[in-house]
Amino acid sequence: MSPAITLAAGEAGEHRTLIITLFAVFVAATLVITVWAGRQTKDAADFYAGGRQFTGFQNGLAVSGDYMSAASFLGIAGAIALFGYDGFLYSIGFLVAWLVALLLVAEPLRNSGRYTMGDVLAYRMRQRPVRTAAGASTIVVSIFYLLAQMAGAGVLVSLLLGITSDGGKIGIVALVGVLMIVYVTIGGMKGTTWVQMVKAVLLIAGALLLTLMVLAKFHFNVSDLLGKAADNSGKGSAFLEPGLKYGATGTSKLDFISLGIALVLGTAGLPHILIRFYTVPSAKAARKSVLWAIGLIGTFYLMTLALGFGAAALIKPDEIIASNKSGNTAAPLLALHLGGVDSNWGAILLATISAVAFATILAVVAGLTLASSSSFAHDIYANVIKKGQATEKQEINAARYATVGIGAVSILLGALARDLNVAGLVALAFAVAASANLPTILYSLFWKRFTTAGALWSIYGGLVTAVGLVLFSPVVSGKETSMFPGVDFHWFPLENPGIISIPVGFLLGVVGTLLSKEAPDAAKYAELEVRSLTGTGAH
Amino acid sequence: MATETPPPSNTQTRFPSGEEFAEVQQSPEFAELRHSYRSFAFPLTVGFIAWYLLYVLLSSYADGFMGTKVVGNINVALVLGLAQFLTTFLIAWWYARHAAAQLDPKADAIKSRMEGDA
Repeated sequence: MSPAITLAAGEAGEHRTLIITLFAVFVAATLVITVWAGRQTKDAADFYAGGRQFTGFQNGLAVSGDYMSAASFLGIAGAIALFGYDGFLYSIGFLVAWLVALLLVAEPLRNSGRYTMGDVLAYRMRQRPVRTAAGASTIVVSIFYLLAQMAGAGVLVSLLLGITSDGGKIGIVALVGVLMIVYVTIGGMKGTTWVQMVKAVLLIAGALLLTLMVLAKFHFNVSDLLGKAADNSGKGSAFLEPGLKYGATGTSKLDFISLGIALVLGTAGLPHILIRFYTVPSAKAARKSVLWAIGLIGTFYLMTLALGFGAAALIKPDEIIASNKSGNTAAPLLALHLGGVDSNWGAILLATISAVAFATILAVVAGLTLASSSSFAHDIYANVIKKGQATEKQEINAARYATVGIGAVSILLGALARDLNVAGLVALAFAVAASANLPTILYSLFWKRFTTAGALWSIYGGLVTAVGLVLFSPVVSGKETSMFPGVDFHWFPLENPGIISIPVGFLLGVVGTLLSKEAPDAAKYAELEVRSLTGTGAH
Repeated sequence: MATETPPPSNTQTRFPSGEEFAEVQQSPEFAELRHSYRSFAFPLTVGFIAWYLLYVLLSSYADGFMGTKVVGNINVALVLGLAQFLTTFLIAWWYARHAAAQLDPKADAIKSRMEGDA
């Protein structure tokens, strides 16, 4: 165990009761919400879409809660604290991406779909093959994303409770898994939405508190803060310029561009974000949700600058790295230092911020699990296995069983990923979503000629390319920070596959369509186009 | 639970037939709605993605320029990054205004006609 962890854990250790109390209060409050929501969940529209009765503002808050994951909070703050300006790209990409959702996806999806992303992908296509593909890619994207959240949970716990044994970490990851199963199976979309709203408020408040404390330390002079961060990092003014992480070689520059493309195109293909638009009554309310989300998320990402540079200015880089190789603990460490390393305030602030981060992880994990189990139940079970003959009750039960299965898988995988930067892991989920989902969503909505074959080529082609490249990238093997550091079977040089896999996904949609002999279903396209733009017959 | 808009009364509206959808798709009103949407959203999407990629490329290949100090320790890279935030907020606001003024009235007219005439 490194000295920094001992220090933090020792400080926090004296206040372990406080930390556990804060966690317990959050868990208890969310369980009450979940049970309350569960009582109101009667039919499929309640379970999948929260009854479609949330307001634009409520859903905007919940969207923000679903989106600002451990990656945003722990990962970006850590990336900025260690690599300076290069970490900021995440914030920018994660935000700008919302414009794709706003301008092209949210409203048409709300107008024409019912419960899942697959509803829209399969609308004008042969149902069974396209729904199978949509279900597969939903589950793969969500599991990549879950991996990142689980890694974040493991990191927090080892920092806070001094648990460094593998058994202890796996125990905590298992606890997170069990809680998410409870939230989703009992509370459905209604419970999950409320949990996300509570979490969004807590996270924004926590980030605001730290931001104000950082800025106050520098008398609200941003230039001084940046100057101190640059000095303390030992990198000088290079710390404030692009290139520290990605500027070294031609390959790493390409990696930066690849990451940038994946971030901006990924959001509008993330199933757990897309299904949030079904929780509001109309496309106008969906638009309002996105506008609120852009405001809230944008404000939050501006604060990540203060958190990241604040951590760089106030904590020695060695201490951050010693605590977690990828910088994931920079934000909680910042809280400790702002309160005073040897004071009660430091420990209390550390406990509070860690509880907020824990809440963040739980809420996002619940959203991801709901998205993948909904897709399994609605796309694969009801429409493929039962050929549309399942009752609502059977469908919801299938979703509940799927939740348990997905919970188990993510607990198993969570243990493998704990030393990877969680923002980097989430960026992989974005790359997969942008390669496998976004092309088919856009072609389905806007390209008359698009066919079933095109959809299948694009979804499977994008999915296999993205996941395959990750498998043979330095993320999985060949480097000290890899998932399997002991072996080396990597040949793809970039950490993020987006620059290859996203164009492949778009291109295969065109190739599959042009090569297939089937004619597009003109009547179904008329229906989809009119519905998506006017909301006629929306559920 | 409070709602801003009345819940959709699906029970009272009817779902139009395939012929009606095909007919509406070919109608001049719908063509106008589609044009009003696409001619706004598509060029704007190309525009903001190009502007974002320009930023990413400058970050990768124009270190000298990005490192130029503007005020104190604040350099061009930071200013351009913050400019991405600003343009995102502005584009969101602009689209919301366009949608409320140009798209919603057209879409609502078609929707109520299709669901209404039973």
